Amino acid sequence: MYKLKYTAASIFKYLSLIIAAFVVLIPIVVVLFASLKTGQEYANSSPLQPPTDWFNFANYKKAFIDGKMLLGFANTIFIVIVSIVGATLIGSMIAFVLSRFKFRGSKLLMGAFLLATLIPSVTTQVATFKIIDFLHLVDTRFAPILLYLGTDIIAVYIFLQFLDSISESLDESAMLDGASYFTIFFRIILPLLAPAIVTVIIVKGVNIYNDFYTPFLYMPSQELQVVSTALFKFKGPYGSQWEVISAAIIISIIPITIAFVSLQKYIYNGFSQGSVK
Amino acid sequence: MVFKNMSYKNQRKLIIIAFSLIPVVLLFTFAYLPVINMFKYSFTNWNGYSDHYKWVGFKNYKTIFTDPKYFTVFKVSLYYFVATFVQMGLALYFATILSFKVRAKNFFKGVLFFPSLLNGVAIGFIFLFFFKPDGTLDTILNFLGLSSLSQGWLLNPNIINVSLAGASIWRYMGFNFIIFLGAISSVGKDVYEASDIDGANKWHQFRHIIIPSIKRIVQLNLILGISGAISAFDIPYIMTGGSNGSNTFVIQTVDVAFKFSKLGLASAMAVVLLFIVVIVTILQNLLSKKED
Repeated sequence: MYKLKYTAASIFKYLSLIIAAFVVLIPIVVVLFASLKTGQEYANSSPLQPPTDWFNFANYKKAFIDGKMLLGFANTIFIVIVSIVGATLIGSMIAFVLSRFKFRGSKLLMGAFLLATLIPSVTTQVATFKIIDFLHLVDTRFAPILLYLGTDIIAVYIFLQFLDSISESLDESAMLDGASYFTIFFRIILPLLAPAIVTVIIVKGVNIYNDFYTPFLYMPSQELQVVSTALFKFKGPYGSQWEVISAAIIISIIPITIAFVSLQKYIYNGFSQGSVK
Repeated sequence: MVFKNMSYKNQRKLIIIAFSLIPVVLLFTFAYLPVINMFKYSFTNWNGYSDHYKWVGFKNYKTIFTDPKYFTVFKVSLYYFVATFVQMGLALYFATILSFKVRAKNFFKGVLFFPSLLNGVAIGFIFLFFFKPDGTLDTILNFLGLSSLSQGWLLNPNIINVSLAGASIWRYMGFNFIIFLGAISSVGKDVYEASDIDGANKWHQFRHIIIPSIKRIVQLNLILGISGAISAFDIPYIMTGGSNGSNTFVIQTVDVAFKFSKLGLASAMAVVLLFIVVIVTILQNLLSKKED
């Protein structure tokens, strides 16, 4: 009896997992199928039918060249790198100050950083746009970079958490050796923060790569398109050419898939740490 | 070096100022100043670009709450709100079963998590393809002999928000799942072993070990989920642009501000949204404090 119940539970468990895997994968796999079909083949086959030629990359070529995807990738990489370097430096500096020094207003400052996470940036976008406009930064790469640095405070939290686990006796012994606070920060704290920096790179990198709204709103020019806005542009002119749109979708997914498969462990850790505030 | 010869007291002052200046300026300019300005704009009739505007008092707020065109969109949030609970339930279920021994654990874990790494635009397109007439969903239903269920998933105003909320669950479930899984696995193996010896079954373990260990994180995610539901934007904007009754509050705010140049009114809408999110968060904090 126990055994029977156990088997039934086990069947249910695997069945639910397999169904879930199908639900996740089918929508993506059919897009992959469509991207490898010719226009005529696409029109005459069901979405679930695999392509006849698995090496028909014509749609990819078209999507990549017509959609100027290379430009999109270049802009995305530039914005991702500058934002991550900036967020790492700024975040670790302020976290160092907040965790190591108690001074007048330090509690207030900490509170200000904490409270800011409560404001969903999407709600204040209308007013933020006016500020970026006032700074004459609309339609420049610096608009999203500044916003990623100023409004996404997640890096500060990750560093604060991590700094708590670095003993202050380390700082003190360095001070006995006559090291300045700058030396302590750059030579001792920053290298020890390496695992936290990896987390920041992953969480920020994925968020920025996937962000659509900020680049869409702040960088309308075509020369400034990033991967997500480049992809969005396929909606109009290719409205019915789903095989080309599908190829563009897959192109945008490939880099993140490669990153996921090769960095799985870090990504899981990064996401769990990045969310526990 | 000059700095090295300074006393630690002076160094301290210098480093506090040097290291805080840029972060504080950024925080103020891009997190707090918009909120302050938004309040100010919400009492004006500013169009967003001219030099002049008039103070109109609470007129914008009155418009939001009296003109059905504006407040009916809140109904759409309810679909995403319900979806949040479905999403949490699924995430909790899969996190629980994958925290025990399962074949191909890493495969299932990876697959379930994968959508949360994808681009919103890619997901929007994937689901346009999925829901379009004779698209993936219709073909599958046909294959299963359920073709009578087929319909205009994104054309029928009665069903469109269910379809979009479904896509939203597909997108965000994996994120909650991985967070819950992380929290569950932080419970030591010895705890389970001890409970096994005491004769606890899987349900007991779920009820008395797993639930207490992840309660806080479930609450936190629920809050994020509810705020997310109220501010749903990406998926409906990319897929339908808010047509056929799928308009959400944020899409409407963006349209009012940038398409119809009513920045004052849009700001008032954003203030209302901000208030709702803050109230939900405070309520949740109070509730969880009370329980402790």
